[in-house]
Amino acid sequence: MLALSFSLCRKELAVGQVSITVNGAEHILELEPRELLVYVLRERLGLTGTNVGCDTSSCGACTVLLDGESVKSCTLLGVQVDGHEITTIEGLATNGTMHPVQEAFHEQHGLQCGYCTPGFIMAAVSLLDETPNPSEEEIRHALEGNLCRCTGYQNIVRAVQAAAGVEV
Amino acid sequence: MATITELEVGRVVGAPLDRKEDAALLTGQAKFVDDMSLPGMVWMAVVRSPYAHARIAMVNVDGALAHRGVIAAFSGDELADEWQASLPCAWLPTEDTAQPNHRPLAVDEARYVGDGVAVVIAESRSEARDAAELVQIDYDPLPTVIDAEKALEDGSPLVHEEFGTNRCYTWNLATGEVDEEFAKADVTVKERYRQQRLIPNAIEPRGVIVQPFPATGELTMWSSTQVPHIARVTLSMVTGVPEAKLRVVAPAVGGGFGSKLNVYAEEALALVLARRLGRPIKWIEQRSEGYQSTTHGRDQIQEIELAATSEGKIRAVRAKLTVNFGAYLQLVTAGTPLLGAWLYSGAYDVAAYDFECTGVFTNTTPTDAYRGAGRPEATYAIERAVDALARKLGKDPLEIRRLNFLREFPATIASGLTVDSGDYDAHLDAALEILDHDDIRRQQSERRERGDTKQVGIGFSTYLEMCGLAPSRVLGAIRYGAGGWDAATIRFLPTGTVQVLIGTSPHGQSHVTTFSQIVAERLGIPYDDVEVLHGDTAVAPLGMDTYGSRSLTVGGVAAYHAAERIIDKARKIAAHQLEVGEDELEYENGTFSGNGNSLTTKELALQAWTAHNLPDGMEPGLEASFVYDPPNFSWPSGTHIAVVEVDTETGDVDLIRYVAVDDVGSVINPRVVEGQIHGGVAQGIAQALWEEAVYDEDGNLVTGSMMNYMVPSAAELPSYELGRTETPSPTNPLGVKGVGETGTIASTAAVMNAVVDALVPFGVTDLDMPATPERVWRALEEART
Repeated sequence: MLALSFSLCRKELAVGQVSITVNGAEHILELEPRELLVYVLRERLGLTGTNVGCDTSSCGACTVLLDGESVKSCTLLGVQVDGHEITTIEGLATNGTMHPVQEAFHEQHGLQCGYCTPGFIMAAVSLLDETPNPSEEEIRHALEGNLCRCTGYQNIVRAVQAAAGVEV
Repeated sequence: MATITELEVGRVVGAPLDRKEDAALLTGQAKFVDDMSLPGMVWMAVVRSPYAHARIAMVNVDGALAHRGVIAAFSGDELADEWQASLPCAWLPTEDTAQPNHRPLAVDEARYVGDGVAVVIAESRSEARDAAELVQIDYDPLPTVIDAEKALEDGSPLVHEEFGTNRCYTWNLATGEVDEEFAKADVTVKERYRQQRLIPNAIEPRGVIVQPFPATGELTMWSSTQVPHIARVTLSMVTGVPEAKLRVVAPAVGGGFGSKLNVYAEEALALVLARRLGRPIKWIEQRSEGYQSTTHGRDQIQEIELAATSEGKIRAVRAKLTVNFGAYLQLVTAGTPLLGAWLYSGAYDVAAYDFECTGVFTNTTPTDAYRGAGRPEATYAIERAVDALARKLGKDPLEIRRLNFLREFPATIASGLTVDSGDYDAHLDAALEILDHDDIRRQQSERRERGDTKQVGIGFSTYLEMCGLAPSRVLGAIRYGAGGWDAATIRFLPTGTVQVLIGTSPHGQSHVTTFSQIVAERLGIPYDDVEVLHGDTAVAPLGMDTYGSRSLTVGGVAAYHAAERIIDKARKIAAHQLEVGEDELEYENGTFSGNGNSLTTKELALQAWTAHNLPDGMEPGLEASFVYDPPNFSWPSGTHIAVVEVDTETGDVDLIRYVAVDDVGSVINPRVVEGQIHGGVAQGIAQALWEEAVYDEDGNLVTGSMMNYMVPSAAELPSYELGRTETPSPTNPLGVKGVGETGTIASTAAVMNAVVDALVPFGVTDLDMPATPERVWRALEEART
């Protein structure tokens, strides 16, 4: 009975089929139009490294890469990324070796509770891809869309500088 | 940075080791509550009052029950029989403290916007939330009161009719001849400050999952909490689940700052509904929901008076607080302002002291501990008042500070407590050197002389704080409901690695790293051979959790003593096996030597496990526990200096320098300490310049989401310039003091003193926080006309 009413409802909601490549693997998914990308990643694909910290696209904890550029995955619908490539924090290390930005956050103590960290790392990866040698000012402005409550940002900025090869 | 391979075994305390916590957090493998799901799990959504004060005339959950996926829905009335006790308030400071019955769901009356009124359980997150919209509730709005001072006026609407007043309690602490000192003082200052309400904003929202085991009556709760042990004790009382059947786990927790030092309605609801429905239940807070339902911080009116000699020697301090508690008493709502009660004389040697605090109910979200809890407020008041005194006397604010510093330690302060150690001139001197004080003052004069539109201000905060909650007897004497001890168990496994079970519950503070360093050093084993387990009442059942900068000074010291017990036992085994007297054994870096032979702690662990050759009557195994109850609080101090540039045309404040020199006693991991100070400083700066929770007169939270409550980003904050001085605490063998809150405690005053310093030539000295461009511009306009 419950199952029947459930399937009827699903029909009403015009489920759409999308194809998304996440961390190099293609997924064919049937998504409700209202499903946010962050929940597609977390709850459909089990990639819980991408976190949710707010409901107003303010905190950036959910930042992932869309075709290599940082986006807030709470601000996109799953159906909007049909045919695109997503990289999450789980996809950043290669063969068990952390990405230089991950390594730099570790070495510079750029994280404490770590909840905002995946978002910051993805934003930093995107920044360094576009601007390989950013100034401190540029780093601070580029990370404006990500909030951290633990670190006071100084060691996050240092970590990005270190990943860019600046002596810190 | 030193890596472990460069370090000698036995030399890891004080080294800036890489954190053990990082790998899981950096790769997305850490498991926060929302990352977990269980077979058969259902979701909970709470229906909340849109009125700040209203009679609940009718609740009808039929609409929700008809929604697809919905399993159950209840009004507060329907769950009323589930509660064996009010949600916990662990601190009732006076015998006559008014304690309202705080039910997890309101019955009859809702008392703030966000008060839970009904609950819906559904198969999915979205179904639960959609169905929550379909619960029909008829409210009869009642008059509201938002402001604490107005709530004390005759004829104010009453938040809790049954008390006949909104006053929760008034608490006093007085020593010395205060009135006499004021009567004979050469000069007095009287200031009034506003500690605006703040929203803590841990980046991980709260969340809870409860797994019931109906056959045995056991329940396991995973909660994003700072206090799994306290939650277990108190939720057992609230729900009647026997404590022995309840396991509470704090998994990875994404920050707390006091907002998760609480036991919340949603935890109690998830418990009783999981028990009732026999299915695992999950609730995850939405951010804007949390703005209403997770505790806020501060919200005080402070009146402070100083009596001083014409030289500037402060003789007496009077402080009077009116504190907005919100609608109910959460876990430590009532005690939070009192954590500052002893500190309104700051780092200064004062003869007489009078403190009074009145707590008040209003139709707002309850306030409770927020990083620093009571001490940032105290520091702010005394540090601003000292500047006011300096202005009145026409003296340098540093001269007044130095004239009044406590200098003989241990020092008994005006409020009667004993400060363990300190050297306040040392950190002030160090901070001035980093700043290049003379040069900044020169720049300031030049800009003043040429009437620059960008004026420079320099602000000081030479703070003293007390933390590391703390001696259980003292806490009992001030009517706190729990102890201040903490516990550690060290277990040597047969193969030589070590488990350390700790009673503190980290959520960013690096306990795994820090406690590993303490234990590795004492036991003379590699840092990487130590595993620290925490935050699970089944693994480490004894503990008092993490808040008030207590974890290292209480829990860390417990771990130290447990290691000593391990060494004591290992020494007995070594003496027995090496056939020498215990006194003849040397112990260094994990090796006992005597009689030309030696045994390591690792070897002795295996010997203790096989138990083939132990002294007569000795229990096998190498494991020891220690419960440590400290003899005193710990007393960090320091000098923080802020330099601001204020645009006198726009009111914009730019924080251009920030110097912090702290004395937090001996340091286990300087990297971790530095990080704690950075974060604390940022939060205190944010109170001074940006953050404020605003209610309208009807009790709607105007700053209702992260869109309009200003949590600063990297772009707003400067790089901090840190220094450190060190007077080890003589009250514990590690010499440590707390560090978790010093930054927040010190920085708000430093920044506001800097803003005022920039505005003094314009006649502006009375300025409230946050010093937004609008507020500064208005103050300047007012002074001009």
